Amino acid sequence: MRLDSTDRQLINLYQRNLPLCERPFLEMARTLGISEAEVIRRLQSLQSRQVITRVGPVFEHSRAGASLLAAVAAPEAQMDLVAARINRAPGVNHNYAREHTYNLWFVMTAPDEDTLQARLRQLEHQLQLPILQLPMTEGYHIDLGFEIDWEALP
Amino acid sequence: MNPTTEYLAVRPEAGEAPPPSPWGLLRLRQQLETGLPLTPRPYETLAERSGLSQGEVIDAIRQWQAQGLIKRLGLVVKHRTLGYTANAMVVWDIPDTQVREVGRAIAGSPVVTLCYRRPRRLPDWPYNLFCMIHGISRDRVLAQLENLIREQQLECFPHSVLFSRKAYKQRGGCYVGHD
Repeated sequence: MRLDSTDRQLINLYQRNLPLCERPFLEMARTLGISEAEVIRRLQSLQSRQVITRVGPVFEHSRAGASLLAAVAAPEAQMDLVAARINRAPGVNHNYAREHTYNLWFVMTAPDEDTLQARLRQLEHQLQLPILQLPMTEGYHIDLGFEIDWEALP
Repeated sequence: MNPTTEYLAVRPEAGEAPPPSPWGLLRLRQQLETGLPLTPRPYETLAERSGLSQGEVIDAIRQWQAQGLIKRLGLVVKHRTLGYTANAMVVWDIPDTQVREVGRAIAGSPVVTLCYRRPRRLPDWPYNLFCMIHGISRDRVLAQLENLIREQQLECFPHSVLFSRKAYKQRGGCYVGHD
C-alpha cells in the first residue's frame, strides 16, 4: 500500500512518544504543519485501511497477567480445523501457521498462571495433541517501534 | 473479577490528592487495550469512560511508562498491510552460559523486531533463543539473517528458520477480564 508523505511522517515520528497532554493530536498537528482535525482524520483512515491496528500503548505483557508462546504439530490435512479450534480457545491472541513440524504457533494469555494452565489443559484435551509450552524467561529487545524502509516497499 | 492488580498501582505525588481508585485504573487498563479514542481530547474521553479524572489518566499512563509496564505509546503498525509479508521466527540453540550475551547482541540488530529467551523442551525442542525478522520478501529476510550471522559470528550455533505461512489470528493481548 502506498502512503503519502504526511502519513509516512506520522508513522516515522509517532510509533513512540505520542504526546501525553490534553490535546495530543493538536501537538502532533503543529509538528507536522497540518490541522488537528486532519491528524485525527489521517489516523482514522490509517486504522480503517489496517495500516495501524490502533493508536495507544504497547504493554509489557510479562508484567500483566500470564502468557506464553505455544505450538502444536497438527496433521497437515487438519491444519485449518485445528487452527480454528485454537482460535476459539479463551485467551488466544495470535495464531500463525509456520513452516515446521510444529506448524501452528499461538500466544495464550490469562489473568493468572493457574487460569493459563487450566486453559492449556482444556485445549490440549480438545485438540488431542500435545502442546509445546514456551514461556518467555528473559526479553532482550527494547521496543522502539519499527523503522519502515519506505523505499524498499513494493 | 478482582482488582488484585498490584502492577497497576499508581502512587500519588507527595502532599496531593488521594490515590486514584483501583477499579478506575483497571477500567483504564482495559480501555487502553483497544487504543486511544481518536477524539480531540482522548485522555478526557478515557477518563469519562473509566471514572477517573483526566489528570489521573495522564499520570497513570506516565507512571506505567516509567515502570516499564507500557513499552511505548504511539501508532501500532500492521507490517503486513504495508508490504512486510515475510515474517521469520528464527530459533537458536545457544549454550546457557552465553545466551544472555548473544540475545542482547541479536536484539541490537535493526532487522530484529523481538528477541526472547525460552526454555528448551528436550527432546522435541532444543532451541532456547527466539528472534523475529519482518521483511519485504523471503529472500530479503534470509539475506538479512545471513548478515546477522556474519556480523555477530553466530555460525557455530544451530538454528532453524520458521517462516509464517498464514496468520489465523493477530491482535493485541487482552489480559484483564475480556475473555
